Amino acid sequence: MQSDNLHSPKKPADKRIKTKALKAAFPHTIPVLTGFAFLGIAYGLLMNSKGYGVGWTLLMSLFVFAGSAQYVAITFLTSVFNPLHALLMTLIINARHLFYGIAMLDRFKNTGRLKPYLIFALCDETFSVLCAKEPPAGVEKRWFMFFVALLNHTYWVAGSVTGALLGSTLSFNTKGLDFVLTALFVVIFIDQWKQQKNHAPALIGLLCSTLALVVFGADYFVIPAMIALLAGLALYRKRAEKGETL
Amino acid sequence: MTLSPIQILVIIAAVALGTMITRFLPFFLFPDNKKRPTFVIYLGKVLPYAVIGLLVVYCLREISFSSPAGWLPEGIAILCIAILHFWRENVLLSIGVGTAVYMLLVQYVF
Repeated sequence: MQSDNLHSPKKPADKRIKTKALKAAFPHTIPVLTGFAFLGIAYGLLMNSKGYGVGWTLLMSLFVFAGSAQYVAITFLTSVFNPLHALLMTLIINARHLFYGIAMLDRFKNTGRLKPYLIFALCDETFSVLCAKEPPAGVEKRWFMFFVALLNHTYWVAGSVTGALLGSTLSFNTKGLDFVLTALFVVIFIDQWKQQKNHAPALIGLLCSTLALVVFGADYFVIPAMIALLAGLALYRKRAEKGETL
Repeated sequence: MTLSPIQILVIIAAVALGTMITRFLPFFLFPDNKKRPTFVIYLGKVLPYAVIGLLVVYCLREISFSSPAGWLPEGIAILCIAILHFWRENVLLSIGVGTAVYMLLVQYVF
């Protein structure tokens, strides 16, 4: 990898490639900046209200970088110490990331030393931006993806730290603030709906998940929903192959 | 706070490890130098759309239809978001108004 001149930070051309990628990535992350400003602050406030200050919030947001798991982790921090339970619950809550990885296998090809970070930082929001946006011509794709991930990660850390700091000075009724997560995904869902002509995958996702929720209940539905989703998509593929290609 | 600092660190490490397993596993299972099954390639194309639906349902999993307070705040807020977003297409506006409506409803109405 040493022969690859992109990996030598001293060359001015290399700096230009990065600056260009950063400039191209930033506009696409503005919706996430919005979401994470709300969400991150809400998380910091919640952590603070449970007695966890800036330091813990920073550690969590920096190394976990997964909104819903971090919200649920507050319950692990406020109940009896049980790390195995925390690990298993996190695996279940974040099982959907397995699907993000599968969707990104091709995009993350040939990303060299950036690849571990790209995978590490593949949260819901980074995933949805990377799904929807391609870098403009002349911008190196792997650096574009890297900066989308890095900017989002930065927003999340900055937002949650801000929330944790505000929490100690501000008293304010946060009930319902966590709805911002739902609002963000509803908006992404609508955006994708508008972009796509074929609504079958989106509908399969919605219907299979709802079905699993009705049958298995709120606490145990994610894994059954993922299985139902795979089955639904497999069936749809068979039907689509008979008629037209997808 | 009931946990000791060491216990807190262990919990954070467990949550980080769990998250990283779910993010890295597909890349270990399907490395670049191996040919992938066609079903996995197909999934790569359709999952981005299907998974967002799962995420929306995941966020609404606590909804209950046994009383109006169990579902109306979510229903009204999502309706607001949908109308606003189809109309103005402004992410900030849709998320901001939707969340504000929801907070007002759960804090003052229901």
